[in-house]
Amino acid sequence: MTVLVIAEHDNASIKGATLNTVTAALQCGGDVHVLVAGSNAGAAAAAAAQIGGVAKVLHADGDGFAHGLAENVAAQVVAVAASYSHILFAATASGKNVAPRVAAKLDVGQISDITKVDSADTFERPIYAGNAIATVQSQDATKVLTVRTTGFDPAAATGGGAAVEVLTSVGASAQATFVGSEIAKNDRPELTAAKIIVSGGRALGSSEKFMDVMTPLADKLGAALGASRAAVDAGYAPNDWQVGQTGKIVAPQLYIAAGISGAIQHLAGMKDSKVIVAINKDPEAPIFSVADYGLEADLFVAVPELVAAL
Amino acid sequence: MKVLVSVKRVVDYNVKVRVKSDGSGVDIANVKMSMNPFDEIAIEEAVRLKEKGVVTEVIAVSCGVTQCQETLRTAMAIGADRAILVETAVELQPLAVAKLLKALIDKEQPGLIILGKQAIDDDCNQTGQMLAALADLPQGTFASKVEIVDGKANITREVDGGSETVSLTLPAVITTDLRLNEPRYVTLPNIMKAKKKPLETFTPEALGVDVSPRIKTLKVVEPPKRSAGIKVPDVATLVAKLKTEAKVI
Repeated sequence: MTVLVIAEHDNASIKGATLNTVTAALQCGGDVHVLVAGSNAGAAAAAAAQIGGVAKVLHADGDGFAHGLAENVAAQVVAVAASYSHILFAATASGKNVAPRVAAKLDVGQISDITKVDSADTFERPIYAGNAIATVQSQDATKVLTVRTTGFDPAAATGGGAAVEVLTSVGASAQATFVGSEIAKNDRPELTAAKIIVSGGRALGSSEKFMDVMTPLADKLGAALGASRAAVDAGYAPNDWQVGQTGKIVAPQLYIAAGISGAIQHLAGMKDSKVIVAINKDPEAPIFSVADYGLEADLFVAVPELVAAL
Repeated sequence: MKVLVSVKRVVDYNVKVRVKSDGSGVDIANVKMSMNPFDEIAIEEAVRLKEKGVVTEVIAVSCGVTQCQETLRTAMAIGADRAILVETAVELQPLAVAKLLKALIDKEQPGLIILGKQAIDDDCNQTGQMLAALADLPQGTFASKVEIVDGKANITREVDGGSETVSLTLPAVITTDLRLNEPRYVTLPNIMKAKKKPLETFTPEALGVDVSPRIKTLKVVEPPKRSAGIKVPDVATLVAKLKTEAKVI
């Protein structure tokens, strides 16, 4: 039994979500191999070889992998799939894009967003926005899984010494071409990996006020910024800041929700945080039902006060 | 060019589901059912493409029980021209749905297939990608913008950290993200009109598809409850609690 983890990387380094996925892979049992499919991704493959617990790194290099197009990455995974009992992806935008393509090509069902490995074929995953946890068993020979990173501790990024095997890479599909990307540059921690997150809701009222009020708090705490769907829909915060069922799933040490009422879809994305603080004017706001510390106050007064007090 | 849109009947997003006491699943008897919100966005996008003259016909498809007809009528009230129900009482998993849709692609030969990125009941986020793989088509998942230019689909996708644009040859599979559009409200005259639009029914057997489940649900439980916290009177108390009690700052 050998388990394959598909690395998430930027060709130079390995992204944090891969480390949590390796931990889940180790729990499935057997040797763990990591596939790095990239373009001039030698550095990323070398970094993958350093991950604790990894027995072997497969490195496939080709222009078609430069931007992680699903058509090309999935074809590469399928090319090596026969040697593996389990194929794991992080449940990130990129993993979610590629994994089902692999599962369908192998004619197997996929288990999405696992939060626990019970045995080699049995896993736990949340359904209905986290309002229920299902224990499911795969009936297929190959298990294709995506891993919710908040469910597993990261494996050590260094200390391993796996061999790197270079693969013959599959050709690039003519059907899909990468045109460009707009990735926001910021110095803050990544939302899904941050220890502290400060999140704003519709009560902020405008994009200017969102930035004016929330940014100083995030700066003071070295926190990532998040938002509720209502705030994102209203244009107060960028799309990829959305925390919730269909946005980012986070579980920081400290989650501060300001002006967020706490719809079940939002709670689904943050209720596994260690400590939750809610600041809201409305004493009946559902967010208070999951908050460790609730402050019933106007956020425009309380948040600046909090910045001053820290 | 035809566009095929799949729609799923799910528990309404406002309903907080309850886990059955025997652990066999969630109780969906007598709860409000609606069209999966991402699928509503998918139908809206297809109808807008028709209104722009890019596509000629919008076909809505649903796979599942007889009552999915209601979901299909809603799709036609939004503006789909006709509907196909693949009727079965078997629990359909994403791979099975993808195979059924693949069979319908072979029949209908659409230039575009639009699906919601995930259903809000099983939260799988698989069907569109699986369909693209089975039909050997390119995929534009988590779309926040769709443009059809010179026989290609330019799709802006929501990714971690921002967005990216891919160009796909047609036919192509697109899955919708939240910000692609805001679906219109259905009007009473359109609901009446939808009742007269054609709705065809097939069975999985007639399409030659084996839909048996591949993943077995052993049990369903409630998630661990967070114990209720406390209210603090002011910012100073909050800071003190975070420092000395929770020790997180």
